[in-house]
Amino acid sequence: MPEISHVVRVSSVTKNFKLGKIEVQVLKGVDLQIDRGEYVSIMGPSGSGKSTLFNMIGGLDKPTSGKVFIDEVDIAQLDAYELAWLRCRKIGYIFQTFNIIQVMTALENVTLPMIFAGVNNDAAVQKGMKLLEQVGLADRHSHKPFELSGGQQQRVAIARALANDPAIVLADEPTGNLDLTTGEEIIALLKRLSQQRGVTVISATHDFKMLNVSDRVVWIRDGRVDKIESREELSISIGRIGTRE
Amino acid sequence: MGAPQHLRGLERPAGAAGVGCPEGDERKGQWMKERIFADFPDRTTRVQRLVKLPFGKSVDIAYKSIKVRFFRSLITTLSLVLAVSFLSYTDVSNDIANGMLAGRNPEMRQALIRAGFDLDPGTTNVAASPKQRWIILLSLLVCTVGIVNAQLMAVTERFREIGTMKCLGALDRFVLRLFILEAGMQGLAGSVAGSLAGAALALAGGVIRYGTTAVSQAAAGDVAASIGLSTAIGIGLSLLGVSYPALVAARMQPVEAMRVEQ
Repeated sequence: MPEISHVVRVSSVTKNFKLGKIEVQVLKGVDLQIDRGEYVSIMGPSGSGKSTLFNMIGGLDKPTSGKVFIDEVDIAQLDAYELAWLRCRKIGYIFQTFNIIQVMTALENVTLPMIFAGVNNDAAVQKGMKLLEQVGLADRHSHKPFELSGGQQQRVAIARALANDPAIVLADEPTGNLDLTTGEEIIALLKRLSQQRGVTVISATHDFKMLNVSDRVVWIRDGRVDKIESREELSISIGRIGTRE
Repeated sequence: MGAPQHLRGLERPAGAAGVGCPEGDERKGQWMKERIFADFPDRTTRVQRLVKLPFGKSVDIAYKSIKVRFFRSLITTLSLVLAVSFLSYTDVSNDIANGMLAGRNPEMRQALIRAGFDLDPGTTNVAASPKQRWIILLSLLVCTVGIVNAQLMAVTERFREIGTMKCLGALDRFVLRLFILEAGMQGLAGSVAGSLAGAALALAGGVIRYGTTAVSQAAAGDVAASIGLSTAIGIGLSLLGVSYPALVAARMQPVEAMRVEQ
């Protein structure tokens, strides 16, 4: 039994999907512990089960067997209300496609999770403005998503993910739809905010730029954890990474 | 000391009773819940744990949603406007005919018969004929199916938005409420416009066919009641039409919603 509590603990999780009549095992028993304040990247080729694992950690999907603990709470035990509360207050999501709500302005997008959390409007607006300032978009708060560039939309998404001071930020390919420079800016921003706020950042990614800022990298292959490398080990093997298949 | 306090009771297999766990499904559920709540580090009151969306805010979001997709909403509403205006037109036309009959003026009676009303001698009241009722019913049915179709499209179009909201902590009923509010607003606007347009057409048609004096005999109360009834039916149909699509939207799992390619 671990003495220090892990903010995320995945224990022998498997997940099967039915594709027509065939049952496919996407995750074949994954064990993973993530500490508070860590910056972890989950890497792996497409189809490796990376996104599936990611959805499990985010409480968006339920494992076929095994358990996922967030703050040492088994999320399978939570009912719909508690799960909504968990998504609202404990976890911030960042997506590859930004997923800014199109009908709302940048500021309204950032304040929405706070409204759900029961924060009154004035306080939510105040905090929302502060968050937009931190991501460098204070002057664009009244813009609609289609008036913002991809990088700016992702910044709004980061501000929105941090709205309720979550313990965990889950970023699913956060740089996947961005060009090189913008991607680097977003990664730097994520790293800076995670250090300032002590937030655990877990990102599923293909992007090798992510490796420089990660405390640990979890390599997933064929539904299993292939290996877990800490930053020190990474810098030794970094010459190889580019040549990995 | 075995397991740390916060882990006790959570590691055992589902269904098996842990130490200190009371018997009976209901009490066990409550006990489990208390364990889970005790484990969240920030201990706040139970009330603050609930996610919420104030009603005013929902209205605000629904209104903006309609405004942004104004053209789409207009088309969705248009079928309702047409059906309701037809209903209101027929009702008000009958009100006018009743007003004319109530005057017991044989000339007006003749005018009505010429206009196509089947009046037996001694009849003092015109009601919707079975044929009329059929056509009205069909038009309303077609309109409802149209609304269901349009709203299902709207839900599909907004899968990602709904999924995102759910990831931010929205409950099923927030989504349900947003869709119903939107439909309610569209229904209200469409029905009011439709019933007023129908009534105006019926009055204008009456003036052209029978003249101003004949139309002025129609009871204002009856006309108002017809307009009111048409409006109410229109709103009802709009809500009926949205109920299935809204349920589809509300029940959607966030992970399904996020999988949809755009």
